[in-house]
Amino acid sequence: MSGTESEQATTESRWSDHRVEQIIGRLLQAGVLLAAAVVIAGALPLLAQHGADVADFRVFHAGSTMLQSVSGVVRGALARDSRAIVQLGLVLLIATPVARVALTLVAFVLQRDRLYIAITALVLALLLYGLLWGRA
Amino acid sequence: MTVLALACWVALGSFGAGLLGALTGLGGGIVVVPMLTLLFHVDLRYAIGASLVSVIATSSGAAAAYVREGYTNVRVGIFLEVATTVGALIGAALAGVIPTSALSILFGVVLLYTAYRSFQGHAEQVTTGPSHPWAVRLRLDSDYPTAAGMQPYSVQGVPGGFGLMFMAGILSALLGIGSGVIKVLAMDRTMKLPFKVSTTTSNFMIGVTAAASAGVYLHRGYIVPELAFPVMLGVLAGALLGARILAFASTRWLRIVFSAVVVVLAGEMLYKGITGAL
Repeated sequence: MSGTESEQATTESRWSDHRVEQIIGRLLQAGVLLAAAVVIAGALPLLAQHGADVADFRVFHAGSTMLQSVSGVVRGALARDSRAIVQLGLVLLIATPVARVALTLVAFVLQRDRLYIAITALVLALLLYGLLWGRA
Repeated sequence: MTVLALACWVALGSFGAGLLGALTGLGGGIVVVPMLTLLFHVDLRYAIGASLVSVIATSSGAAAAYVREGYTNVRVGIFLEVATTVGALIGAALAGVIPTSALSILFGVVLLYTAYRSFQGHAEQVTTGPSHPWAVRLRLDSDYPTAAGMQPYSVQGVPGGFGLMFMAGILSALLGIGSGVIKVLAMDRTMKLPFKVSTTTSNFMIGVTAAASAGVYLHRGYIVPELAFPVMLGVLAGALLGARILAFASTRWLRIVFSAVVVVLAGEMLYKGITGAL
């Protein structure tokens, strides 16, 4: 690639990088607000139902509950379980950076930037692996 | 303590942590785990789960403001994300086998380092010399807006920065923190990026790194709604308020106060770790 070509490419990609980032920034903020709204919508009934219970988090209880997987959380929230609704809000929050990486991938696809399509896809795969399979 | 009382106290403490974290630029995440474990006697694993959630909230919540300024280097961010996400997944695997006393000592050391770094100045640097060969291959060089127009900069020390980011990812997962201090160190000191580019790109990366281990911890049951929601809402509200009043606040004094708090917490974490009381 000659000097002028590479300079042109950098200028173009910087512009679209920046515009895409602005859109992504807005979406992220919206995602956080949505997550907070869902958390609050679950927290109020949770405190009404369980507020007087004794809180005990001194000892870690390993075990499998529906709140420990994305599908379980969604099922619980659909059944209007207040703890599951709070957890759904937390899952939405965890998903916002994942969405950011996914949108960045779309931007690189639009720019036909093969190297960065590969790098971004790798990061996205690692994130989805952690979130959906939960093994490390 | 009842669930309601705990939620109120934890929300209040998290609000303070988010506020001070935003005003000092050190991030509130670093004090959430010590607060939960030392003050509220919460198990370290629940504390780490709740803290990671709050780290994501502040990172994503601040993204729009940072992006408007146009400093973030997306290519540097996404490339280094490979190191931090792999590090975070390895850290999450290690978290299951490392004894909590060792984690407590490690936390104390990281807290002390954070306090030390908060008093180090950072001159605005712009490196325009030849870039590292990897930076050329990866097209990492960019420019950023200054008062005098767009300023181009070159990127150095790519392998060193990548290695530090791997460490930042491991620490983020092990301790439930954003590791912003180490991320900025990697980009500011090692890769010689301008400071504003380092801090905003670090914010971009913190949420992604935290999401990698938070996903794993969700499956392990580290994230419990009763505890995570007051932390998330408290830190988020504190951080949003902090960003608003930043212009009017005396950050020098706040920095001293916050650093003092961090040093005290570091001492407590080290003590608990060494005596095995956590």
